[in-house]
Amino acid sequence: MSEELSFKEEGKVFFNNIRHGRMGALPAIIGFFVLVVLFSFLSPVFFTSLNFANLLQQSAPLIILAMGLVFILLVAEIDLSAGVTSGLVSAIFVVTLKNLGIPWWLAVMLALLVGVGIGLVIGIMVSKVGIPSFVVTLAAFLAFQGLQLMVIGQGGLYRIESPEILSLENGNLSVAFGWALAVFLVGFVLLSGLISRKRRRKNGHANRTISVLYFQVAMTALVVFSSVYFLSLHRGSNPEVQIQGVPVAVLVVLVVLIPSSYLLNRTPFGIHVYAVGGNPEGARRAGINVGKLRIIIFMIGSGLASISGLMAASRVGTVDASAGRTVVLSGVAAAVVGGVSLFGGRGRLTDAVIGGLVIAVIDNGLGLLSLPSGLNLAVTGAVLLMAATADALSRKHGTLTGR
Amino acid sequence: MSAARVPVIELKAVEKSFGAVEVLSGVNFVAMAGEVTALVGDNGAGKSTLIKGIAGVQSYDSGTILFEGKEVSIKSPVDASSLGIEVVYQDLALCDNLDIVQNMFLGREMVRSISLDDETMEQKAASTLKGLSVRTISSVRQKVSSLSGGQRQTVAIARSVLWENKLVILDEPTAALGVSQTKQVLKMVRDLADTGVAVILISHNMQEVLAVADSVQILRLGQMVANLKASETNLHSIVSYITGAESLSINGEAAL
Repeated sequence: MSEELSFKEEGKVFFNNIRHGRMGALPAIIGFFVLVVLFSFLSPVFFTSLNFANLLQQSAPLIILAMGLVFILLVAEIDLSAGVTSGLVSAIFVVTLKNLGIPWWLAVMLALLVGVGIGLVIGIMVSKVGIPSFVVTLAAFLAFQGLQLMVIGQGGLYRIESPEILSLENGNLSVAFGWALAVFLVGFVLLSGLISRKRRRKNGHANRTISVLYFQVAMTALVVFSSVYFLSLHRGSNPEVQIQGVPVAVLVVLVVLIPSSYLLNRTPFGIHVYAVGGNPEGARRAGINVGKLRIIIFMIGSGLASISGLMAASRVGTVDASAGRTVVLSGVAAAVVGGVSLFGGRGRLTDAVIGGLVIAVIDNGLGLLSLPSGLNLAVTGAVLLMAATADALSRKHGTLTGR
Repeated sequence: MSAARVPVIELKAVEKSFGAVEVLSGVNFVAMAGEVTALVGDNGAGKSTLIKGIAGVQSYDSGTILFEGKEVSIKSPVDASSLGIEVVYQDLALCDNLDIVQNMFLGREMVRSISLDDETMEQKAASTLKGLSVRTISSVRQKVSSLSGGQRQTVAIARSVLWENKLVILDEPTAALGVSQTKQVLKMVRDLADTGVAVILISHNMQEVLAVADSVQILRLGQMVANLKASETNLHSIVSYITGAESLSINGEAAL
């Protein structure tokens, strides 16, 4: 059993990992802060409570889409159709809500069911029929745009008339709820850390030095508390109307993130996902049903894309035949920028959150500077390419050193 | 070897073809509990194909598999492991991106209520490695990507020890190892058999085979050409069977 490392030695291990290209989400985190500082200087509007809330709401659909892609990228597959799936599902949602006269939650269930069903079909095509996921989802990408047009009708535009759905991207939590959420998050990080340490000590396992945990808790507290404070300020332009509090969208992201992370980190299924991404043949020989797992992964991916589609619809307030077109591949981009490997087996769900924020910040910041609209796509493309380069280089380094 | 004992695994007339190429043509094979059975043969003799059938990775076209005297069908790795068959592959089949504990328990993770029971798994993994007197691994939470070839092999064998198996198949366990590591692994192989497990050892190193095996079964061009007792044969004889210099002789009392 290894000796407990001091905080300083932990730092050394950390920098050693970086030197060897095992950087995870670090470049994206640094990139995010650099962009925030840059845009704060360039635009007086950027670093305001109003724009911060706006940024979070803007990033939420993207983050959820990217979380779905994390699952898919972890098993070294790709889903080019995630964006259009989100658009198609939002179209089905508004049309059923309007034409069938069913309650909003039933329409949501129906839409999600369609989404998961799409994943099932893609998964079967990939894992049972054996078509590369690139081709299956490219076909879906084309077909779903057509389907969406048929569902909505030529030139059709549906307004979302469900206040519940609209509040997902436009509502705010009460200030008290926001603080409660912050305390819960920080407490969760601290308590789960302490409990795990206690259990390990009881079993005679070595723990990492406690300062690592304190450092993690302090950083979490700093980010969470300052964000909640900032979001609790009044941000309406009209003093008559109170706009304050953490956006509901943040809660939605957390509600998706926490159970999904649990699934990926704390269950056999999660380990199997990483195993299939790392060594599919090894996973098969260990008795993992790789085919079934791939199908489930595509179902999760498309399911999350559907939630993302509903969030995007809530944000815009309407759904037309081109909904979902703007995020076509942003999900992949966000996941990769966040540090998820395109080669499978490496990445976390929080990477999607960070990557989604980076892409949203580029979009948001460049938008405020009123630069030519093409620029933000070009910049996003360049950032994606940089992230993919880092991923490829760290992998290449790994093969060269036989690791 | 008393006649009354039932072999842990017995293959009767198994055949396997890939297209027009017949890789196994009517092979019989036997492995007894508590013994190391060496399976030798030149490249392309059909050793891997024979093993894959037992492991459930690739089933035979025809033939019978008896496990502890009962006829079984092994269609998948899950079938094999539920019978108590464990294979340690030449290419190891470890996942680089997972740590040692995760690899050792892969596919058979321990769960407490709904989450992984990491503490118990870590403890079991550590004590198994300790039981095999492995001292070169500092932490069982290390990623496999950071291990050397010998350490990887140790983890792979430890994985088979962890699950109380009846049959462990080792595919060239020492091929990539240095002298001292080879010695250590061979000792592990012998210890494993002495606990009552049937061990099948595939190897190209005949000295190694003679040192550790109880019986030597020789495949040549998809046919079982000899089944020898290690104590009653020698290097020269085995090599003659492998290369075909020795004439066909099943249950070869006719050794040189």
